[in-house]
Amino acid sequence: MIAIGIKNLNKSYENGLKALKNINLSVRSGEIFALLGPNGAGKSTLINIICGISKKTSGKVTIFGKDNILDYKFTRSKIGLVPQEIATDSFEKVINTLKFSRGLFNKVPSDEYLSFILKSLNLVTKKNNQIRTLSGGMKRRVMIAKALSHEPKILFLDEPTAGVDVNLRKTLWNFLNKLKKNGVTIFLTTHYIEEAENIADRIGIINNGEIVITENKKKLIDKLGEKKIIITINSSHNKISYITKKYQLKKNKNKLSYIYNSKKNVDLSASLLSDLVKSSVKIDDIEIEKSNLEEIFLNMVEK
Amino acid sequence: MNLRGIFAIYHFEMSRMFRTVSQSIASPVLSTALYFIVFGSAIGSKIGNIDGVNYTSFLVPGLIMLTILNQSVSNASFGIYFPKFSGTIYEILSAPISPIEITCGYVLAAASKSVLVGLIILITSAFFIEITILHPFWMLLFLILMSITFSLFGFIIGIWANDFQKIQLIPSFILTPLTFLGGSFYSIGMLPDFWQKLSYVNPIVYLISSFRWSFYGKSDVNVVVSISATLFFLVLCMVFVSWIFKTGYKIKT
Repeated sequence: MIAIGIKNLNKSYENGLKALKNINLSVRSGEIFALLGPNGAGKSTLINIICGISKKTSGKVTIFGKDNILDYKFTRSKIGLVPQEIATDSFEKVINTLKFSRGLFNKVPSDEYLSFILKSLNLVTKKNNQIRTLSGGMKRRVMIAKALSHEPKILFLDEPTAGVDVNLRKTLWNFLNKLKKNGVTIFLTTHYIEEAENIADRIGIINNGEIVITENKKKLIDKLGEKKIIITINSSHNKISYITKKYQLKKNKNKLSYIYNSKKNVDLSASLLSDLVKSSVKIDDIEIEKSNLEEIFLNMVEK
Repeated sequence: MNLRGIFAIYHFEMSRMFRTVSQSIASPVLSTALYFIVFGSAIGSKIGNIDGVNYTSFLVPGLIMLTILNQSVSNASFGIYFPKFSGTIYEILSAPISPIEITCGYVLAAASKSVLVGLIILITSAFFIEITILHPFWMLLFLILMSITFSLFGFIIGIWANDFQKIQLIPSFILTPLTFLGGSFYSIGMLPDFWQKLSYVNPIVYLISSFRWSFYGKSDVNVVVSISATLFFLVLCMVFVSWIFKTGYKIKT
């Protein structure tokens, strides 16, 4: 089932800036979708339009098949939003701000559910503290707790781990995986490639208001990633000069590197090894390196 | 109808008032008590009666109205402006709550605070002077109606304002002068003919006049005209608020 459907979405500002250009995107129910993109690419604008905070110029957004403007009460009731900036009522107590959020979404009060959320985010001991007394990381967790207080089916997280330490980041990743297991669809934007690589099922890359690619994470890495085979030999380079020429190998001391890109060429690694063996070259070691998401991302946005 | 959403906003705003009692309640009550001491006891003893009413007693409806208008506007404008300023407005805008429901939450909270302050001032004034209320039902109705109308007006100011200075602009430069010149401290009939006619252009005259009528049965203008003027202003504010939410003016980018 499609949780989020976006068709031909455009957003232009009065000053002529085109923030989003003909965005088409579908996010399936229960998946974690990560949207990567540099600053100003349009990530937050896209989330704000889906959630009803910003107006679109044209196009259509649906949540579980319903239009986010015509059926806004239905669509918004399914959505929880954690914005990029920490915005809370500083003088409010943690528990009261959660009660406020739950009420705002027309949910029956439930101390039991709110206690569960507080426990899940390690906020139980802080529930009667004013938000202003909390650390930055805790405030971030309060923002997530607020977004979850009304039991949403889709959770939007706009750079949820920006400025958060490594431990808390990993705690959040585990928590998001738990939510996914409970059937919550997660749409997150991030600067941290590691974050997308660790928790996302599918990845989208946005640049200058355009979706450059959306793909399953593993497929994306396989499809666009480069594979580097580093062969350590125990023979003279001269002996195999014709092989280095044939396979365009890079030489570094006794190491030969063969770079294969599935988009550009055919994988000749098996043939290379065969040729080396035929030439009686003694192979000491073979290493295979796959390019990570960060390299793919930089490669795409720098084009 | 998202009644829980309306209540959530209402409850949040009322909690804010109780967190800041000195600012929300004590301050307007103290200012009004000072008006009674200065204008009522000190200067009022030299003035005598107006329209057959002792001057200090005559002041009560005007002072309550002065406070009500200021409190309604400032409470409602601050109530909606602060979430815009702090960024917490995102939660309201992304919640399944309609523009009418949002407005109800903020305006009812601001109006409740004003009515509460108005009633506290009324009770406080009873310690200084003898209070007569000939039409208590109408008095309460005017109090509520004007609190709601000016809270709605304040709500519009709060949406329009993009800095703290603008929140104070209309209350300081338009509302307060009009209230002072609208008969809070005197009867319009005491003015020279030209100023009397000019005063009838001031909408606040109608509000104060009808409110004073509910106390003493005497009014500078026809009570029906006063109520009609208040209702007209209320409808005008409602139309403007619905336009704001329809277009996203100053709320959505």
